[in-house]
Amino acid sequence: MDRQLKRVTVAVLLMFLAVFTSTTIITVFQVDALNGDSRNTRTLNDSYSAERGPILVNGQAIAESKPAADKYKFQRVYANPQLYSSVTGYFTLNQGNTGVEGALNSYLSGTANDQFLTKVNSILTGQKPKGGSVSLTIDPKVQQAAWDALGNNSGAVVALNPRTGAILAMVSKATYDPNLLASHNSNDVISAYKKLLADPTKPLINRAISGDLYYPGSVFKLVTTSAALDSGKYKPEDTFPNPSSLTLTGTSTPINNAEGGSCGGQATVSIADALRLSCNIPMAQLGAALGGDVLKKYASAYGYGQKLSIPMRVTPSIYTVGDTAQVQLSAFGQFEDRVTPLQVAMTSAAIANGGSLMQPTLVKEITAPDLTVIQPFQQKVFSQPITPATSATLTQLMINNVNSGAASNARISGVDVAGKTGTAQNGDGKPYTLWFTGFAPANDPQVAVAVVVENGTSFGNAVAAPIAKKVIEAVLGK
Amino acid sequence: MTSPDAVTQIVRPATDTGALSTFTSTIRLRLRVPAKLRNLELVLLAFALAIVGASIALVELGALGSVQGPVLALGAGLGVITLIIHVALRFAAPQADPFLLPISTMLNGLGIAEIYRLDISKNLSGWGAAGVRQIAWTAMAMLLALAVLLLIRNHRVLQRYSYIAMFVGIVLLLLPMLPGIGQNINGAQLWIHVGSFSFQPGELAKIALAVFFAGYLVTARDSLSLVGRKFLGMRFPRVRDLGPILVIWLAAMVVLVFQHDLGMALLFFGLFLVMIYVATGRLSWVILGLALFIGGVLVASRLLGYVQARFESWLDAFNPKVYDAVGGSYQIVQGIFGFAHGGLIGTGWGRGSPGIVPLAESDYIIASLGEELGLAGLFAILALYLLFVSRGFRIGFVGQDDFGRLLGVGLSFVIALQVFIVLGGVTRVIPLTGLTTPFLAAGGSSLVANWIIVALLLRLSDSVRTQPQLVVE
Repeated sequence: MDRQLKRVTVAVLLMFLAVFTSTTIITVFQVDALNGDSRNTRTLNDSYSAERGPILVNGQAIAESKPAADKYKFQRVYANPQLYSSVTGYFTLNQGNTGVEGALNSYLSGTANDQFLTKVNSILTGQKPKGGSVSLTIDPKVQQAAWDALGNNSGAVVALNPRTGAILAMVSKATYDPNLLASHNSNDVISAYKKLLADPTKPLINRAISGDLYYPGSVFKLVTTSAALDSGKYKPEDTFPNPSSLTLTGTSTPINNAEGGSCGGQATVSIADALRLSCNIPMAQLGAALGGDVLKKYASAYGYGQKLSIPMRVTPSIYTVGDTAQVQLSAFGQFEDRVTPLQVAMTSAAIANGGSLMQPTLVKEITAPDLTVIQPFQQKVFSQPITPATSATLTQLMINNVNSGAASNARISGVDVAGKTGTAQNGDGKPYTLWFTGFAPANDPQVAVAVVVENGTSFGNAVAAPIAKKVIEAVLGK
Repeated sequence: MTSPDAVTQIVRPATDTGALSTFTSTIRLRLRVPAKLRNLELVLLAFALAIVGASIALVELGALGSVQGPVLALGAGLGVITLIIHVALRFAAPQADPFLLPISTMLNGLGIAEIYRLDISKNLSGWGAAGVRQIAWTAMAMLLALAVLLLIRNHRVLQRYSYIAMFVGIVLLLLPMLPGIGQNINGAQLWIHVGSFSFQPGELAKIALAVFFAGYLVTARDSLSLVGRKFLGMRFPRVRDLGPILVIWLAAMVVLVFQHDLGMALLFFGLFLVMIYVATGRLSWVILGLALFIGGVLVASRLLGYVQARFESWLDAFNPKVYDAVGGSYQIVQGIFGFAHGGLIGTGWGRGSPGIVPLAESDYIIASLGEELGLAGLFAILALYLLFVSRGFRIGFVGQDDFGRLLGVGLSFVIALQVFIVLGGVTRVIPLTGLTTPFLAAGGSSLVANWIIVALLLRLSDSVRTQPQLVVE
């Protein structure tokens, strides 16, 4: 009987071993995925009753948790809610979170892996758990200037430091008050959310990085010109025929230059002048000559189609390779070209930074409640779409755009501004999407900016360029 | 014979010296040696009671913010009963195993603390509170265990009643199917209901069946093990010897099909297989039995919706469709979220949210404890079970009579298997079934049955030690 007993003992040990293993797998190896599951209400409940860390701009809290009398213990409060809503996002009880509140939730709530020691410490010392604080790269002066300059327009402004990738301003209009969604009364939150969702101005969409994306129009000509110059196939002074109308290859559809007529009135037109005067026909010819694959390669290097988090996820901009006619259209930002304002600002930032595109980010620093730095500023090269030489040439062309070309309304006295306007068509009879992108000072870039205004009836130079000018002036302290 | 007791050492030379001195020295040693065991038990018991008391106090601190009196006082009442059992052991079974009582006390107490904690989160008090009822049931179960201990002074008596035990076991198993007193709770027909009193007789059936199996196998083992045909290197039983295993298998299938209780079927069929293996030493019985059982379950899973749903919830728990289905994997997934929420060290007593899981105080008590005590607490609880089972197996290893050895192994294996079926189900090692976690889960029937098992194991371990070791049966 002893032999059988020994075997049964081994069987019992194996049964217990199985259970030891299964519980270990759950609590050690799968714990992050399980805690992150959207059906896990425990994680949510935890995140309310812990003191959530603040979101800071220049040392001032734009979102913070203040003691509340109800069972959740803390109430999220947004100072200057509309101004910063496109950055902070909202934090609701159980209806989801967006913006930095959503993307850095684990740090703000103190549940990130990096904060494990802090957690252990608070258990040992008996202190209430507290979340980390997130410091943003936003410059409040620039954010305010962008907000004011955009006025009542629907649209977005993004300003970057081209040397570091730090996002200095990010404004999206129309917008909303995140305090409305921070209420602890779920019914209030749901009714406020439904109202915002039904609002025709679409206030919940952060147009700077997401939404339906925009046609870039002429600001895409920066990508086309980059491809022409950087591939070594063309020089700025190379010329194309200069008709006043061009029938797209293989179709009967004619295209025109935005101002009508030919581009500058000569028999031929150089790439430099085509960019300066923002002409469509020579760009279409250039695009067709380069081919869709080359354009796509440069678009991708600038960030089109790439995954990007700032730390919110940015909707990738789109460049699609089509047939020759479609490549011709895409070369001046129509066809299926779709972009975020951030992508457009990144294009300028790369040109400003010697062709090196820095990864854009909103996070300056994440610190634990005891002020130790959990995550310092992470400066990272995103890509190198063009060479320094190409960037120098393009910079000069963009300065000409502002000084003597189609982007004249961005001029600032005493500062060389490099820029490019755009007026994208959204289909027959529909209002335009107005663009300006650029950087300044051209010889020592401090800021790269992209401005988009929806429902435009005039040109990018008339509406978007003056907004960008005010943002640049705010950065340069003018 | 390796470890002669102090008693037997003395008994032999005693014939050389005077009768009086033999008498006194025997008395002296008889008192001294067992006192050592009982003193160890007292120390362990004090430790267990201190942990349970601290747990209840921490539950109140964690969930209410301050320590209250009443429940601690009730808990102290239970502590007194365990001390009474301890004192009774000093007289009735002085050489009984010193670990069994403290371990069961500790597990039972931890269960009460967690059930009480869930009552607090549901704002229950008085007789409406599962914790208070659990304390009352514990008191009743402990007193019954004491009665068993005092009534059955020699376990061999049970062997005489093994066929009565069979009858009792089968009646208990089938009782819930009787119209009038049978009651369907949560889709399973395994309760009887008389007045306002409901009971799950299957829990008691496992004891009766263990007694029957032990008694039957001791007498029938020769015919079950020696004859038969060799096939694939194993000796398979004759067809005429297949009767008992087929009867047990049929009973398991009846429980599975008519009572919708996969767990109970697995539990007592597994018990039978292990006992027949230990008795006959033939693996062919286990293989035959497993094949029969798995075949039965596979057929049932095709025909019975509930078995199929159990399998789906097991294999594909996180699938949103299965999760949202009625009778789907919501409970499993929320239980696993509880374990994950507890992590390595747990949220602490009263600090988690175990109440989210359905049946958190009964079927899912282990997930509730896992959340609040973490993996560390869970391992400690599992170690307690393992120790408990190993003490039971010890009876099998050192016992003298085969009936006692088989019964000891059977009773402790049934605890081990039940822990495995519950924890394996909750953590998705096997499909989830509705068994209770021994000692921890809320439920009177389970407590009564498991405390009777404690009493029987105490009795068996006492007779193992007091048997003169030179006498070979």
